[in-house]
Amino acid sequence: MALAFDEYGRPFIILKEQDQKTRLRGIEAQKANISAGKAVARILRTSLGPKGMDKILQSPDGDVTITNDGATILEQMDVDNQIAKLMVELSRSQDYEIGDGTTGVVVMAGALLEQAERLLERGIHPIRVAEGYEMASRIAVEHLEHISQKFDFGTTNIEPLVQTCMTTLSSKIVNRCKRHLAEISVKAVLSVADLERKDVNLDMIKVEGKVGGKLEDTELIYGITVDKDMSHPQMPKQIEDAKIAILTCPFEPPKPKTKHKVDIDTVEKFQTLRLQEQKYFDDMVQKCKDVGATLVICQWGFDDEANHLLMHRNLPAVRWVGGVELELIAIATGGRIVPRFQELTPEKLGKAGLVREKSFGTTKDKMLYIEHCANSRAVTIFIRGGNKMMIEETKRSIHDALCVARNLIRNNSIVYGGGSAEISCSIAVEAGADKYPGVEQYAIRAFADALDSVPMALAENSGLQPIETLSAVKSQQIKENYPHYGIDCNDVGTNDMRQQDVFETLIGKQQQILLATQVVKMILKIDDVISPSDY
Amino acid sequence: MAIERILKDDASEEKGERARMASFVGAIAITDLVKTTLGPKGMDKILQSTGRGQAVTVTNDGATILKSLHIDNPAAKVLIDISKVQDDEVGDGTTSVVVLAGELLREAEKLVAAKIHPMTIISGYRMAAECGRNALLQRVVDNKENAEKFKLDLMKIAMTTLSSKILSQDKVHFAQLAVDAVMRLKGSTNLEAIQIIKKPGGSLKDSFLDEGFILDKKIGLGQPKRIENAKILVANTAMDTDKVKIYGARVRVDSMSKVAEIEGAEKEKMREKVQKIIAHGINCFVNRQLIYNFPEELFADAGVLAIEHADFDGIERLALVTGGEIASTFDNPESVKLGHCKLIEEIMIGEDKLIHFSGVEMGQACTIVLRGASHHVLDEAERSLHDALCVLSQTVNDTRVVLGGGWPEMVMAKAVDELARQTPGKKSHAIEAFSRALVAIPTIIADNAGLDSADLVAQLRAEHHKEGCNAGIDVISGSVGDMAELGISESFKVKQAVLLSATEAAEMILRVDEIITCAPRKREDRM
Repeated sequence: MALAFDEYGRPFIILKEQDQKTRLRGIEAQKANISAGKAVARILRTSLGPKGMDKILQSPDGDVTITNDGATILEQMDVDNQIAKLMVELSRSQDYEIGDGTTGVVVMAGALLEQAERLLERGIHPIRVAEGYEMASRIAVEHLEHISQKFDFGTTNIEPLVQTCMTTLSSKIVNRCKRHLAEISVKAVLSVADLERKDVNLDMIKVEGKVGGKLEDTELIYGITVDKDMSHPQMPKQIEDAKIAILTCPFEPPKPKTKHKVDIDTVEKFQTLRLQEQKYFDDMVQKCKDVGATLVICQWGFDDEANHLLMHRNLPAVRWVGGVELELIAIATGGRIVPRFQELTPEKLGKAGLVREKSFGTTKDKMLYIEHCANSRAVTIFIRGGNKMMIEETKRSIHDALCVARNLIRNNSIVYGGGSAEISCSIAVEAGADKYPGVEQYAIRAFADALDSVPMALAENSGLQPIETLSAVKSQQIKENYPHYGIDCNDVGTNDMRQQDVFETLIGKQQQILLATQVVKMILKIDDVISPSDY
Repeated sequence: MAIERILKDDASEEKGERARMASFVGAIAITDLVKTTLGPKGMDKILQSTGRGQAVTVTNDGATILKSLHIDNPAAKVLIDISKVQDDEVGDGTTSVVVLAGELLREAEKLVAAKIHPMTIISGYRMAAECGRNALLQRVVDNKENAEKFKLDLMKIAMTTLSSKILSQDKVHFAQLAVDAVMRLKGSTNLEAIQIIKKPGGSLKDSFLDEGFILDKKIGLGQPKRIENAKILVANTAMDTDKVKIYGARVRVDSMSKVAEIEGAEKEKMREKVQKIIAHGINCFVNRQLIYNFPEELFADAGVLAIEHADFDGIERLALVTGGEIASTFDNPESVKLGHCKLIEEIMIGEDKLIHFSGVEMGQACTIVLRGASHHVLDEAERSLHDALCVLSQTVNDTRVVLGGGWPEMVMAKAVDELARQTPGKKSHAIEAFSRALVAIPTIIADNAGLDSADLVAQLRAEHHKEGCNAGIDVISGSVGDMAELGISESFKVKQAVLLSATEAAEMILRVDEIITCAPRKREDRM
């Protein structure tokens, strides 16, 4: 390790406890970082595309997750290396921003790093490589815009949207009934979408799952489900035209926050206290009844007596409903969350056309459905499936599909999938490279090669000859000047992605390229890694 | 330069072939474990818990066995999960689903070794499963219209389910019990309404179904032992010391006399409560919580039968059968719905006294009293009966019935074979493998019964080549027999669930090409 010395020959201590830290510098550091980044990409490479494989992830507590969603795999992977963590971040930000293409972005970044390594070996300065990549990504993004197409859909014509969601779902385990799930996702998004502002609030879509049944039984509920049952077994199981009081105060004696004691020292006091208590419960229930509520949903528990009084006054109630669900119910039914009984007024009640309890299977699982709400914008996707892992994976897949549908509503430009967009970009970047004088030209060419790696991985995962297939498709694209030829992963028999109806959103693709380039630039700029060594 | 480690220290990563191997091995190990319990001649397993007391369970219920295993292999966990779901959803076929999934994987392993891509296998399996289901659908019998025949179907299904369990000796008796109990539910799948009481002593044959309701409680001292035309108040209220629920209330006194006064007031309060309860005009009071001696005495004085500490389910069921509501306040006696029954009496089963409610208003609930030599026998009997009840209640809703004894598997295998011949490409190998996995089930049934499986299955296959054949394995005589004549039936819903979830699970495991295990969470020693 390099040390600095003063005029007497004593070393300057630059880093605290310098000898306990490992340090990598210069080209060594870059190579190490690149190899770490590549290793992460290699893990995800096989998950890409409709024929991608799944991974089993065992959490520290022994729970098993089976998925091929890139973001989920990386999140649960227990990564220790700093650069690998950057890749995890990369996939996560793609997930937050777009929601789909989380695997693709990592594979892309991995390929860029691989190409960069070769350039570094030739002695090209990393900053030049980074700049070359930057230029290339600009060309690619522009080209994407150029080959993208607008497509029209409306509330009546949802077919194009369904097709796009099906592309997303086809790479997941749920592809057996992708049509069904895609329709559900699109309907869900459309029902919460604000088509004028082109905005979709995905918070309004709740995705719930319950083990059992078939995947085909998955349904879209125009309302909300709550995994709770009525507080008293004999309350009515079905309420029509419900007026819902949404409470965050328990049906229990008051518990003032300040510490206090009520001293009982005479019989009279004992009596009054008792009467007070009875009256208290009575008042609470009466207040709910007075405002005209026909269903009480409460965040807290009920006292036995209060429970019976509710039952007695024919006021069905649900207890221990979680805060998030409570909010959703409030949004859906147009009610207000009421923190005190005194503040209950008829205007604050939520309204729902139908509230019913439904039981499942042989166990006593029950769920509460709140349907036909006043504000029907909130919807629930209720997933059924063979086992817990299946449900979790379906949830993730539906999330992806929802995001895709949302992105299309925001911006209805699409590019064709199956690697066709990447190949077309690669051709464009390659052609653009020659216009740049200087060393960057090499970097731009490398970028074009890296773009090829996505269709290559697709072909590889589909059991096709990667190099052969890719070169065939590429030449076809150039020959016919038609940017929609891609890899025929499903063995349909045509390379034309337009005929296969395989779309992806334009923003998703652009974001993928931009994010991957950014991260690679960041990694390339690092020339010194200082980490505390193990102790 | 060494490649940097990406994962944390203790985390491990298995890739490609190795990962696939690990999951195949795990899944097949689980299959082999439960395989021997399949079929009417399947063997039982002893499970010993590691907890205190080393409690022992003897069972051949697949879900119960798998639930108690501690498994580290992720693929095995998938299989355990499907078995659990099968249990929750249809109640029976928990072993079959694991065995079928295991056999599918075993076949897949061979295909993978022959260099067929897992994705090709999956798509083949999917086609085969769909084809098998359709083949079965064409052969289902639906006797929904004919109540008599349907009841007979139920009887057959119950007997088939029970024949693989400990109750097989008395299967006719128990099948009758189960069918009667389920018919009383009138189409609801709420098995809560059927109460199972286990009392050691006597033999399994002495078990019986009671149309009324039996509560495993004693009648308070000095209270009537027999009440006719009972009016019952079902309650959930504190009958010990009725605490003041207002937070922070406490009693602070400065002299002994005050203590006495307060105590008096407390007693007075309880007395009032009891008076109010009695004012409902009842002669039986059932409470979920404890009843202390003092109120109990008051009830005895009033000639009211008071039953304390009935558990939660008991209360709910009682409310269900007698049609009363569960009360917690007693101020408006006129509006509280009381439960009614013709007769309440104390009965003896074995050495225990139980309270028997007969002539209840709503006939939906009933009680099955199980008798048997030991707790283990009783526990297993309960599990078996539960299976039968589940299947029956599901069948009442979905009345389609298929034959048993390996018949459905053979029918499906035939159709799937047919499909394999028509399908071009590599998929046909996978479809063929699917049919082999299906045939494995009758093979295992025969093997478990100590029969010559190769011979029997070959015979069976030949029989099935004819149209509309009802042949299956007759384990009792050890030959191929007509399942319709032998009266061996199964519910279509169960078979379908077995087929679909097994395929789904196999598919899930096949799709995996990498296993990443995180470092186990460190336990912090805070002792």
